Amino acid sequence: MTNRFRTASGGRIDRAAPLSFRFDGQTFSGFKGDTLASALIANGVHLVGRSFKYHRPRGLLSAGSDEPNALVNVARDAARAAPNLRATQVEVYEGLKAESQNRWPSLAFDAGAVNDLASPFLPSGFYYKTFMWPAGAWKRFYEPKIRAMAGLGVAPTLPDPDRYTQNHVHCDVLVVGAGPAGLAAALAAAESGARVILCDEQAELGGSLLSETTATIEGQPAADWLAATLATLAGKDNVTLLPRTTAFGYYPHNLVALAERVTEHLAVPGAGLPRERLWQVRAKEVVLAAGALERPLVFPENDRPGVLLADSGRTYANRYGAKVGERAVIFTACDAGYRTALDLKAAGVTIVAVADLRTEVSGELPARALAAGIDVRPSTVLVGTKGRLRVSSAQFAKARNGEVGPTETIACDTVLMSGGFTPSVHLFSQSRGKLVWDGAAGAYLPGTSVERERSAGSCRGVYGLQRVLEDGYAQGEAAARAAATFTSPARGATPAPATPSRTIPASADDLGTAGFIGATPHGRNPALAKAFVDWQNDVTSKDILLATREGFRSIEHVKRYTTTGMATDQGKTSNMNTLGIVSEALDTPVPKIGLTTFRPPFTPTTFGLFAGAARGDVFDPLRKTAIHDWAAEQGAAFEDVGNWKRALYFPRAGAGGRMEDMHAAVARECKAVRASVGMFDASTLGKIEIVGPDAAEFMNRMYTNAWAKLEPGRLRYGVMLREDGFVMDDGVVGRMASDRFHVTTTTGGAPRVLAHMEDYLQTEWPDLDVWLTSTTEQWSVIAVQGPKAREVIAPLIEGIDLSKEGFPHMCVREGTILGVPTRLFSVSFTGELGFEINVPSAYGRAVWEAVHAAGERFGITPYGTETMHVLRAEKGYIIVGQETDGTATPDDANLGWAVGKAKKDFVGKRSLARAAMSAPDRRQLVGLKTTDPAVVLEEGAQIVADPSAPVPVPMLGFVTSSYHSAVLGRSIALAMVKGGRARIGTKLMVPMPTHAIEVEVVEPVFYDPKGDRLNG
Amino acid sequence: MLIITCPWCGARPEVEFRYGGEAHIARPADPSALTDQEWADFLYNRTNPKGLHAERWRHMHGCGRYFNALRDTVSDFFVTTYKAGEPRPDIDGSSGGNP
Amino acid sequence: MVESASMTTPLTPANPLHVLAAASRDVAAVRLAALAPAARLVFRGREAAIGPAGEAFGVPLPREACRFNTAGGRFAFWLGPDEWLLLVPNAEAAPLFTAIEAATTGLPHALVDVSERSVGIEVAGEKAAFVLNQGNPLDLSLAAFPIGMCTRTVFHKAEILLVRHAPDVFHLDVWRSFAPYVWELLEDARRELA
Repeated sequence: MTNRFRTASGGRIDRAAPLSFRFDGQTFSGFKGDTLASALIANGVHLVGRSFKYHRPRGLLSAGSDEPNALVNVARDAARAAPNLRATQVEVYEGLKAESQNRWPSLAFDAGAVNDLASPFLPSGFYYKTFMWPAGAWKRFYEPKIRAMAGLGVAPTLPDPDRYTQNHVHCDVLVVGAGPAGLAAALAAAESGARVILCDEQAELGGSLLSETTATIEGQPAADWLAATLATLAGKDNVTLLPRTTAFGYYPHNLVALAERVTEHLAVPGAGLPRERLWQVRAKEVVLAAGALERPLVFPENDRPGVLLADSGRTYANRYGAKVGERAVIFTACDAGYRTALDLKAAGVTIVAVADLRTEVSGELPARALAAGIDVRPSTVLVGTKGRLRVSSAQFAKARNGEVGPTETIACDTVLMSGGFTPSVHLFSQSRGKLVWDGAAGAYLPGTSVERERSAGSCRGVYGLQRVLEDGYAQGEAAARAAATFTSPARGATPAPATPSRTIPASADDLGTAGFIGATPHGRNPALAKAFVDWQNDVTSKDILLATREGFRSIEHVKRYTTTGMATDQGKTSNMNTLGIVSEALDTPVPKIGLTTFRPPFTPTTFGLFAGAARGDVFDPLRKTAIHDWAAEQGAAFEDVGNWKRALYFPRAGAGGRMEDMHAAVARECKAVRASVGMFDASTLGKIEIVGPDAAEFMNRMYTNAWAKLEPGRLRYGVMLREDGFVMDDGVVGRMASDRFHVTTTTGGAPRVLAHMEDYLQTEWPDLDVWLTSTTEQWSVIAVQGPKAREVIAPLIEGIDLSKEGFPHMCVREGTILGVPTRLFSVSFTGELGFEINVPSAYGRAVWEAVHAAGERFGITPYGTETMHVLRAEKGYIIVGQETDGTATPDDANLGWAVGKAKKDFVGKRSLARAAMSAPDRRQLVGLKTTDPAVVLEEGAQIVADPSAPVPVPMLGFVTSSYHSAVLGRSIALAMVKGGRARIGTKLMVPMPTHAIEVEVVEPVFYDPKGDRLNG
Repeated sequence: MLIITCPWCGARPEVEFRYGGEAHIARPADPSALTDQEWADFLYNRTNPKGLHAERWRHMHGCGRYFNALRDTVSDFFVTTYKAGEPRPDIDGSSGGNP
Repeated sequence: MVESASMTTPLTPANPLHVLAAASRDVAAVRLAALAPAARLVFRGREAAIGPAGEAFGVPLPREACRFNTAGGRFAFWLGPDEWLLLVPNAEAAPLFTAIEAATTGLPHALVDVSERSVGIEVAGEKAAFVLNQGNPLDLSLAAFPIGMCTRTVFHKAEILLVRHAPDVFHLDVWRSFAPYVWELLEDARRELA
């Protein structure tokens, strides 16, 4: 197909750069500078989609981001597919492939269009009213069917291979919108030396100036002024120009989110370039120059392909050199219709007639239309259109005071409509600014500001090119002035009105502020006439009237009931007409009805943009210990503990070369530790160095234990409570010197514990001379555990007496291991003789390997966290967060012995004194032994006395830890059970879906209850 | 993302901070002297005002200091911030961030 | 004991960025480098101890927020109103520790060796700020973040100490287990500049 609807000349397309693209499998040609929409129009294609609910054929309605119909899928390949792109914003490149959506089997013949015939049965609230019974059918039947029918495009299922990046950027003045107001604002701010960012969603900066053919500014044609202004701005170091960049969200304290489409318009995206970039702009001052959106007129069959917004028809002709048709009818409520009529006539389109809703038609533009011989009909409405996949005629009728006369059918291939302009207050509303109804402008305009922001030009109801330019300049100047004295993001008051300080002479057609809101009269059977208000969600004026008849009064309720304005276009074309219809139906003035809130994003935004670089391995910090790579080289399986990767077990090849499963590996590792010696990477434990003359006093206040008498060189197990008396964390603490403690915390609790300590130290006891420093990552920790532990490390250590007498259980000594300084702990989390070797992390792996080599003659066995869990459970050692859940007191967890009874105060002590905290029926830590030793309970399983008791069966507690113990040859479990200690020796039941498991309540220490093995 | 002015480091983005609940609730010097009800009030009961709220923040990923702020819970703007230990500034409850 | 530690070969320290830095490409607009090992001490204390600590270290501890002092290849970074990071590239921590402890005996303070807690990364070149701003929300213009400024802040989800040594030269001090994460995101950020 050739560009049959191209104008002979003109427009901003590059006619020397033709290119070809495909739409629904058919090849078309266009030019560099075309959008997909303008190129299709130049080829005479208007049918671009099927509607959401009724599957009605739909054409292009607008030329901008407000387009509700022309949603297409653009795919470079199967993974690089983007659904729901507005064809009006897709730039054509050589080889572009686009597909229409929401149709099957084809756009011209769509099976779903039966919905349109059924439409009398699909009123607003249809789903709420219909799919009510039978009760179970919603989940099984209705919802899946409706979900399959609903929705627009289809997201690709392959991972997105492209990159998305995010940049934080700061500026003095952010100008949103590069039309005349935005350009003038940016110019003014830039001249004052402010750091300026000017962004615009379109490929070219210029806004409405890009569609001007006759306007002049400062004595030059608008296009020349635009080029000169952009060159001036581009030449300034303090200005950043961002085309193809949508300001889609306005967040608190002047954080504005911009989506830049970096490579979407390129036939071959540059290597390394992100597909899109999120600019998180923090601006001292913001100037919103978002312009105004043309309103459609709501009349029957206004959704037929070939019915467009009038000013969009003008943009296609003037900017893209594309004629929307050959014979155009114009339906207008303002002078914009005449401007379009004149420009299209100049472009070679026949203007059949202009139907003007107004009785009085006067002014310069109508006069020029009459002079040009155009058939102008005042007090006239369109009451319908005909045509299957494209409008072929329009029905005209006289309308006075709501009375509609006889109809006259006039053949045409295009209808252009204009109900006037609505200021685009989306971003202002997102910033939580208050909108105020302006009767003279017939629009909601920005009122009181909340953020440091000001609007300029037609988005605040200022019209007329010269006034817009001067307003933009004044607002830009004022913004730069305010930014220069910026101290904080708090808005002192609404900005003083900026008065134009510069004259920018300009001449252009003046449209005034006339317009129409609501549905135009048509005199047809209201049950059969479909006059669309919201094209994207298929909402008609009839639906809105039905909602008001059914009692909905609040505009927020009408919106949700009918879904008007709730589609991805955020009601850009529909909101005001909805208001008008509700206002008329309820006989209530528009400002009394209110306006729904605009929410981000202004236009749909990709998930990739929000994700940015945070995907795959860098979605979250993946923390590895210094010893991690050694474990990985040995084939260890890992588990995630917080952000840490920890070795879970070390499988070995068994008989026949088969790798052990976790069960086999853990059984082997457990036996090795109990029989000889194992080694374990405990580096992830949190560590805090507490130093200062008041260190012991601070420890006394933070932990339940008594610390004053702990001698330097000794270790103690410490329990930390929250102020509410529940166990928060635990860990072994070493006293390195009278004023220095080496505190360990749980792996996951490290940051929380340090913050908790800092909180008390800074805000409650700032008088204490003590300071906290995190040393978690300073030290690698190698646990060597088992009867042979001493023999393994002895040859490597210097400067420490390792004898039983010189270095008993729960001591800390400083010395060296292979020349590396170490803090050596004699400590055990296994119940065996054990040591924890702390070495500076740079030496973690080297020391680990040396210990491993030294242990080879004892068969030293590296073990992972699963074995560690089994070994400690055999000993009844709790894990905070596994046995405890934030509601366990020390006594509940069998840690009552660790509470310093003589201490006057510590964090949590007062709460422990409450009667409920020592009630005998609190859940207490116990052991469980299944009657059948082979059965391993499920962690989390509930515990009851009698599973056959009437529902609800009283719950006595739950299983917290459960393992098979290879050493004991049976299963073991820990549990929290109501009044558990008093139940020791009794039987309880653990109900499962198919049967109940009998268990005996026992002491929670299964192995070496006297602790003889600790001392080796 | 709010901008919060750390009394030490100046205006910084919210991601560097952690919220710390209502300010000026001192831990009783002798908790054992309190009744259960008084202790529960200290532990749990907060003013939750509409308007100016004195609250604690910590410049977690900055200087690490806890400090206090007066924030308008209606507008979400900060009226002022001040160092821990300093008294609550004498600013009336009318919204400072919002006209 | 059958053998003594002194008989074995000294162990070599490891850097978590070793592999990543070795595989890194040269990008003129932003160069990345893993910095040499350093002695790092955290000094915290009351007013009386601050002066003597600085004297013993050889660099006065900066009292202005978010600034560092340097002299003779030693650096004192302000981390908080009573907290400094003392850093000396390619040095042993022990003698520094001893010297500062000797000068502050009896004065309320805390000194902790954190030499191996973190590693340093240099981000240098014309686009250094652009790359850092992909994960850091601060204004890195020279007016807002001048030479001589240092502060703890964030890079994506990791905490970093960010230091500006020259208009185009930043140093990051990152806890070791976060260093590969930070490095990989810095690499990602400069991909479009290669």
